[in-house]
Amino acid sequence: MATLGELERVVMDVLWDADGDLSSNEIRDRLQANGGDRNLAATTVLTVLSRLEQKDFVRRDRAQRPHLYRAVMSREAHMAELMHEVLGSAPDRKAVLARFVGQVQPSDVAALRALLDGAGDRTR
Amino acid sequence: MLPASLALAALAVALAWPVPLALARAAWPARAPAVALIVWQAIALAGGLSMIGSLLVFGLTPFGEDLVRGLASLLQHLLNGTLPEGATLPHTFALSGAVLLAVHLVLNLMLAAVRASRSRSRHRQLLALLSRPDPEHPGARLLDEAAPVAYCLPGATRSVTVLSDGLLEILDAEELAAVIAHEEAHARQRHHLLLLAFGAWRRSLPWFPIATRALDAVAVLVEMLADDRARRQASEAVLARSIARVALGLDGVAGRPRPGADVAENLPETLGASEPAALRRIERLVSAAEPLGVMGRVTALAASAALLLVPTALLLAPALA
Repeated sequence: MATLGELERVVMDVLWDADGDLSSNEIRDRLQANGGDRNLAATTVLTVLSRLEQKDFVRRDRAQRPHLYRAVMSREAHMAELMHEVLGSAPDRKAVLARFVGQVQPSDVAALRALLDGAGDRTR
Repeated sequence: MLPASLALAALAVALAWPVPLALARAAWPARAPAVALIVWQAIALAGGLSMIGSLLVFGLTPFGEDLVRGLASLLQHLLNGTLPEGATLPHTFALSGAVLLAVHLVLNLMLAAVRASRSRSRHRQLLALLSRPDPEHPGARLLDEAAPVAYCLPGATRSVTVLSDGLLEILDAEELAAVIAHEEAHARQRHHLLLLAFGAWRRSLPWFPIATRALDAVAVLVEMLADDRARRQASEAVLARSIARVALGLDGVAGRPRPGADVAENLPETLGASEPAALRRIERLVSAAEPLGVMGRVTALAASAALLLVPTALLLAPALA
């Protein structure tokens, strides 16, 4: 049985791939069509959707029955937000993430390049 | 109390400028990063203590003979709304300055902690949706991203190592294992707390260039410490190669370097403290510099202890005498 976190991810994938708003039953159908759990309970999908709504990833349209759901932002926009934080040059971001290698200056490239394949150059 | 105030002021000036500058330029920290991080923390703490202490002690001069009596008398005078004889405007300024500076530093640290924790929890939520578990490395997650990135998202209970598809593309299995060991060392040793404190210090003193230098130095030392942990599992050459590959890949020069290239052969001749962090780390790994000797370590640790004891003694000794 998938964890709630994993379910949140596949539900978001369905919403991101959808053309328009979806009801929870439509979401459940698509999850099962994608090879998901055949016994996935409708209430579980609703729980996952309300958790996503709380985190502000999903907007719910309550004007009609059944309620319709849609992604607040596209996958690309969220990815851009994430990578902005990871690659962002803002120094205060250092407090959040320790990256394996930080910003690289153009002037360093030649030296690094020489490190990796300079031996080939030497034989010239 | 004037001599104590002057001594504290002199110490504050030394710790605000020449001492951190010398440490930032010194070569030995690369040979003992853990010790150097202790010295940096001692400098920051002792610097703050002597700056605030100097103002406080001077401001309290008219109120009492020592810190304890001065504070008690200040409280009494504040309650009565009176001023003792000899209290002048400079004394009032010094006292307000001490209070403002202390509150400013503490509030900034708290603010930075709250911000970092919020930003981390948002990042964790995004990561849960955008990344998938790495089937080959338990505890790591994979991002569908072309740039070669690896980082550690620290958490109170569980930290996550995040790798990008772009990283998997340019590193072989051995190099990848070295990168993961490096990132896990960050999490295990709680390096983000050090970066948080020095980041807050830098933000609270924007007119103070040394704080930026301190943060930069601490950031590199933390990387070296994680490198030292990783080199227990991977060879220095492999770790050095993965640093060079990731640095080049990040720059977009994602060429295919010769497999197994010997990084050590091709180092630039000298690398000083002004060189970029990636090159300094590589140089350190391939040159296999001896770790700092016992005498050096003991001296640095004793100096750190002295840095903290001297301002404390200057503040409290008159009251205890």
